[in-house]
Amino acid sequence: MQEFLDLTLGGISAGAVYAALGLALVIIYRATRVVNFAQPALALISTYLAYSVTKGTGSYWLGFAVAIVAGTLLGVVTERLLIRPLRHRSELSSIIVTLGLLLVLQAIAGMIWSNEPLAYPYAFDFVGRFSANDLFVVLVVLAIAALVLVVFKYTPLGLRMRAAAFAPDVARTLGVRVGLMLTVGWGMAAAVGSLAGLLATPPFLFPNVLDGVFVYALTAAVLGGLDNPLGTIAGGFVLGVGLSYVSGYFGPETVTIAALVILVIVLTLRPAGLFGRAKARRV
Amino acid sequence: MRTSLPEAPAGSPARPGNRRLPPLVLHILAALGALAVIVVLTLVTDEFTNLRIATVGYYLIAVAGLTLLTGLTGQVSLGHGAFMFIGAYTVALLVRRVPAFPLWADLLLAAAAGGLGGLLAGAAAARLRGPYLAGATLALAVGLPALTRRFQDFLGGSNGLSFTVHSRPAGLAGVVPELRWQTWIVWLSVLVALVFVVNIVRGKLGRTFRAVRDDEVAAALSGIHVGRTKILAFLVSAVCGGLAGGLQAYLLGTAAPGSFTPALSLSLLAAVVLGGLGSLWGALWGAIALVYFQAWSEDLADALHLNTDVANNLPLAVYGVILIVVVLAFPRGIQGGFQRLRGLLRRTAEKKENHENH
Repeated sequence: MQEFLDLTLGGISAGAVYAALGLALVIIYRATRVVNFAQPALALISTYLAYSVTKGTGSYWLGFAVAIVAGTLLGVVTERLLIRPLRHRSELSSIIVTLGLLLVLQAIAGMIWSNEPLAYPYAFDFVGRFSANDLFVVLVVLAIAALVLVVFKYTPLGLRMRAAAFAPDVARTLGVRVGLMLTVGWGMAAAVGSLAGLLATPPFLFPNVLDGVFVYALTAAVLGGLDNPLGTIAGGFVLGVGLSYVSGYFGPETVTIAALVILVIVLTLRPAGLFGRAKARRV
Repeated sequence: MRTSLPEAPAGSPARPGNRRLPPLVLHILAALGALAVIVVLTLVTDEFTNLRIATVGYYLIAVAGLTLLTGLTGQVSLGHGAFMFIGAYTVALLVRRVPAFPLWADLLLAAAAGGLGGLLAGAAAARLRGPYLAGATLALAVGLPALTRRFQDFLGGSNGLSFTVHSRPAGLAGVVPELRWQTWIVWLSVLVALVFVVNIVRGKLGRTFRAVRDDEVAAALSGIHVGRTKILAFLVSAVCGGLAGGLQAYLLGTAAPGSFTPALSLSLLAAVVLGGLGSLWGALWGAIALVYFQAWSEDLADALHLNTDVANNLPLAVYGVILIVVVLAFPRGIQGGFQRLRGLLRRTAEKKENHENH
């Protein structure tokens, strides 16, 4: 029972991180129909910048802030330089380009900061069952998720972004700067992704540190429906707790395969995700 | 190799003689020719180059399998390295536990094991598309090698399994160096497999694959079982991957999880895209590029005295840049470039002919 409780609590804080990175994927997918496979790499670069700033200045929070800003800029630049030219191309093109960016950024991180693991600090005390740090992670993710939802639902910016994503031609006629809205979407997503990276990385930072987290985030997003931010956040927590049990009872090495199995089962039974509404497939 | 392309001009002169032979015979003859070229190449080059030629060989069959899957049926797999992983560990386990098996049986079983994995993955994948499929196969690439640590005693943990294969016939000891012999075996297996793949691509099944890629609904309406076709493509592709992994293990005498990272799967995809999606000749250019970019970046790092951090990551950076640049600027890859060049040459030749006639 003790172990079960520990696993549940551990799963909740891990799930918060999957939810946040999954949310980053969903924001971009809603706006541009692109799954950003480079998301973990954007987060990786900003986490490495945070590492360097923290090491140079001694301030964890300064590094944290620099990382979020840098991550946002990276997202904006990626959209403008790499994704914009692919607007009218096949789904395969954007998948391959974001994968290419993933490889390049991981390689650059390795070149600058080496492939060896570096110690990266937790924000708060991390010892014990549901530590201060775990609480911080969960609260931050919930706050960010709420902020994103409020921006989307209740602000003029959110309205324009939704219009640009769902009916770009109509939106353009009505004076919405559709291109700008897409760029803003990428920036927002990258900021949320960088935050997830900062929370997921400790205790060690190395170029592949977010590979697994990304797989789980993608699984969470698919579970919730790639179009559905609320579903993704719920999917992240459900997955985090579920995988925590798998890790506890079957060994941590089996977790990725378990995520794959869950992904396949859910998509087979409910192609639109656990919380998505079934929609006729557009041909 | 893409004679079935519709853009081939109808009036292009048919080469007499060639056309009479059934395609299978033609492909076997081409494979024998290719084997002869490889044997000559290995005889005139040193041991080091032999190893690279053999490496091109097993990458070729892996990339060809992925070309068939991604190029022909439009399914993106980011987990092709997982099938190589299965093949490599099958050979390693067989050599260590069942030494009585001959090498060809080991390799055949490696291909079969890869195929079995592909059948499972394909059955799941038939329901998935685009980014969903890419995500699921990525999970395969990340998750499968991690299992070596779960089953430490059986799969050797992160050090993997090493073994020795004595495949060279006793009579040839002292005549043919071991590595040269291994290179021949690798290429013989690869060419046999390629004959199968080429026949599939050119045959009825290949047309079915392309029909599914171009329009699933239209394919289904014309009586094609879309799901079954997708699974079949996964199966063939995974058999190629399994064989490639088996050959790699045979050549290197080891199978370790570190060789089958997600980066391997992504660089295989880079090879497919660079060579030219959908063309088996492209698979050859891609495989050569895979081996030689690695080699050149090592040479470059040595020449410029780059530090190890930069040197180790250079190939990955190159593959990433290739993926981006090729998709943005040359969507048809190297083979597309060759085709355009050939078309250009033919048109200039025709123009010249016309000038002379008038």
